[in-house]
Amino acid sequence: MSLERPDTVDDGAVERTPDELEALLGDLVVDRDDHLNAPGFVIRPDTVQETLSILKEQAGYDHLSVVSAQEYENRYESIYHLKKFDDPTQEVSVVVPADKDNPVSESAEPVFRTADWHEREAYDLIGVEYDDHPDLRRILLPETWQGHPLSMDYDKDRPQIATLPEHANPLEEHHKDAESDTMFLNIGPHHPATHGVLHLKTTLDGEQVVDVEPDIGYLHRSEEQMAQNGTYRHQIMPYPDRWDYISAGLLNEWAYARAAEDLADIEVPEYAQVIRTMGAEMCRIAAHMLALATFALDINGDFTATFMYAINDRERVQNLLEDLTGQRLMFNYFRLGGVVWDLPEPREEFFSNTRDFLDQLPESIEEYHNLITSNEIFQMRTIDTGILPPEVAKNYGATGPVLRGSGVDYDLRRDDPYGYYDELDWDVITEDGCDNFSRLLVRMREVEESAKIIEQCVDLLEDWPEDERNIQANVPRTLRPDDDTEIYRAVEGAKGELGIYIRADGTDKPARFKIRSPCFSNLQTLPEMANGEYVPDVVAALGSLDIVLGEVDR
Amino acid sequence: MSSDQPFITDESQVVTETRDARMTGQGDRFNSRLREAFGSSPFILTKFDKFLNWCRGSSMFMLQFGIACCSIEMMHTYAVKHDLDRFGSGVPRASPRQADVMIVPGTIVSKFAPRMKRVYDQMPEPKFVVGMGSCTISGGPFQEGYNVIKGAEEVIPIDIHVPGCPPRPEALVYGVVKLQERVANGEASPVTVKPYELEEFSDLERDELVDKLADEIEDDELVMRYNFADSP
Repeated sequence: MSLERPDTVDDGAVERTPDELEALLGDLVVDRDDHLNAPGFVIRPDTVQETLSILKEQAGYDHLSVVSAQEYENRYESIYHLKKFDDPTQEVSVVVPADKDNPVSESAEPVFRTADWHEREAYDLIGVEYDDHPDLRRILLPETWQGHPLSMDYDKDRPQIATLPEHANPLEEHHKDAESDTMFLNIGPHHPATHGVLHLKTTLDGEQVVDVEPDIGYLHRSEEQMAQNGTYRHQIMPYPDRWDYISAGLLNEWAYARAAEDLADIEVPEYAQVIRTMGAEMCRIAAHMLALATFALDINGDFTATFMYAINDRERVQNLLEDLTGQRLMFNYFRLGGVVWDLPEPREEFFSNTRDFLDQLPESIEEYHNLITSNEIFQMRTIDTGILPPEVAKNYGATGPVLRGSGVDYDLRRDDPYGYYDELDWDVITEDGCDNFSRLLVRMREVEESAKIIEQCVDLLEDWPEDERNIQANVPRTLRPDDDTEIYRAVEGAKGELGIYIRADGTDKPARFKIRSPCFSNLQTLPEMANGEYVPDVVAALGSLDIVLGEVDR
Repeated sequence: MSSDQPFITDESQVVTETRDARMTGQGDRFNSRLREAFGSSPFILTKFDKFLNWCRGSSMFMLQFGIACCSIEMMHTYAVKHDLDRFGSGVPRASPRQADVMIVPGTIVSKFAPRMKRVYDQMPEPKFVVGMGSCTISGGPFQEGYNVIKGAEEVIPIDIHVPGCPPRPEALVYGVVKLQERVANGEASPVTVKPYELEEFSDLERDELVDKLADEIEDDELVMRYNFADSP
């Protein structure tokens, strides 16, 4: 062990062994609790900030993916899953046990801004309290809810009361601060511009937004509980389709499949990986098309041209996906160890349909560029509005097109390869504008890259020898991963890093199933983008984030 | 025609049916096939209620209301290819005050149910509701969720249920057309008191829970009380 601790900030890409990390943290580490994906260090609940700062500043772990909390028989536990934006395969878990009777643990919010919402969620659902947290209250459930639903002694049959708070008339006298003359404006939860049931509490000073606070939880469907009640083999897979429901089903299924396959040590046949890759990219095209359609609707109020064109292209992709999976929206096509069935017969027809779609895609994209990106009014509304600097985006744990629109080159398909992506030829798209326009441009260019990937997959599938078309590995009927194995695995969903944390307890159902939703982290950046801008820019910024409330609230 | 004369200047050469019809005065622009079918009499004899119901069923304004996954299929139903407007019911209105029909496209959870009830209350009578998808029937795949209302019918009355998870656009079109048929025939579900109503906090029966929340909630604040143990 070296005698002096390095004071200077290390180059983020330097990889340290777990033992070196333990040496770096020194006395802070109480115990080791390694996970399948990363070394885990157990620390005392009052040293969270100190530990995370060392890991962030000196070891380069600058991405707090998720905070997953859970209750054990004898303690509560919060796990901070850290990785690096430069190399997401370098991961480390910080495990913070808290007392069973008085579960208090230090908040990580001063180190990672993104911990704010993640810890609020942990408090809401599990009941861990975070010291030094700026605003610890419920985030998904109504404020008047009794009990913490994912804790052990929760009785789900008890009655509950939800309120309909009257947001008083904004023109009423008491809403005006005597000095600053601000006004309160309610947007949502039923509003066409909020992309679902999102509630924005906005404070205005004249025309300018001084504060916007997203109020979420209007679609909190207990997804984590549903997954914890299902068996690994078959009962969980239908639910991921319903997290990010904008046709991104296969991408979500892959998140669960990847975590569970690594947990149970299942090898997926290469042929199935190619089909998965192709299907997932079709889903990405469909998802980005809707992002484009609704963004145009938000900015131009353009319900007739762009919206219809984009929906038309979505219909084309959905037809292909329906041929492939049998469903338009909720595919339930992946199985642990592969996919449920092979490509539809006759295969030639499916390939030619797919090629037809890919052939007309450049023309459609050209048309979108004519309609939107080269439209002067559209440019005025989106260029240099909703600025999200890269450092801020990283601090909030933003991922996906939002982060790439801020110029950060981070894409799990390339950086933490899975499926067949590393065998194919495609590029990660980034734009440096950091504004609403860049985020849209990233999505539009990603559609082209997805098309490239699909084309290569079709070529591969066409030439695949008939006797090697193995669509599923041999997976036991009932999966029982070993007791107390834990894993966090992520894939690049349509909106960003979609990760799953699973803790197995030796039964055929997960003991804890935590979803790291990209939209949840991305939405947190909204105040950064909107404050100081005009009201229409809030709507533009929200549209450019491309959130899905099903995934934000889960 | 010679090439140096690109436009026809001789009026007599421009003959279109429309212009003819207009110039002859009694054009048949307003005369539909239906009008011809009535024969010589320009009058029809019907009951006023029946006529009004026929009008209602033929022009339905939908509430633009997206909740969850089903709203994606609902958007596809409104947009090209399926185009609900063909059946006279495809105009999404952003304000509940202008809408006749609410399609409930998704899971209702505890935090949203009071809002949905409020939006429903804001719609003018007569109003109709199409429940789209399994979640609005029973809670669907999320029925066991701690936070999920077991069907939209616990909160508001529903006229037509469209099953599916999610229903295909064709199924939704079928459901809406069925609703139009029912409206045209003057049928509607009776509006009854639902298990979960919005009420003032002070009107709730006093029990342990109410006592506990008494400090947090004002007496005149509207609340919805969920008795999850009694839910189906």
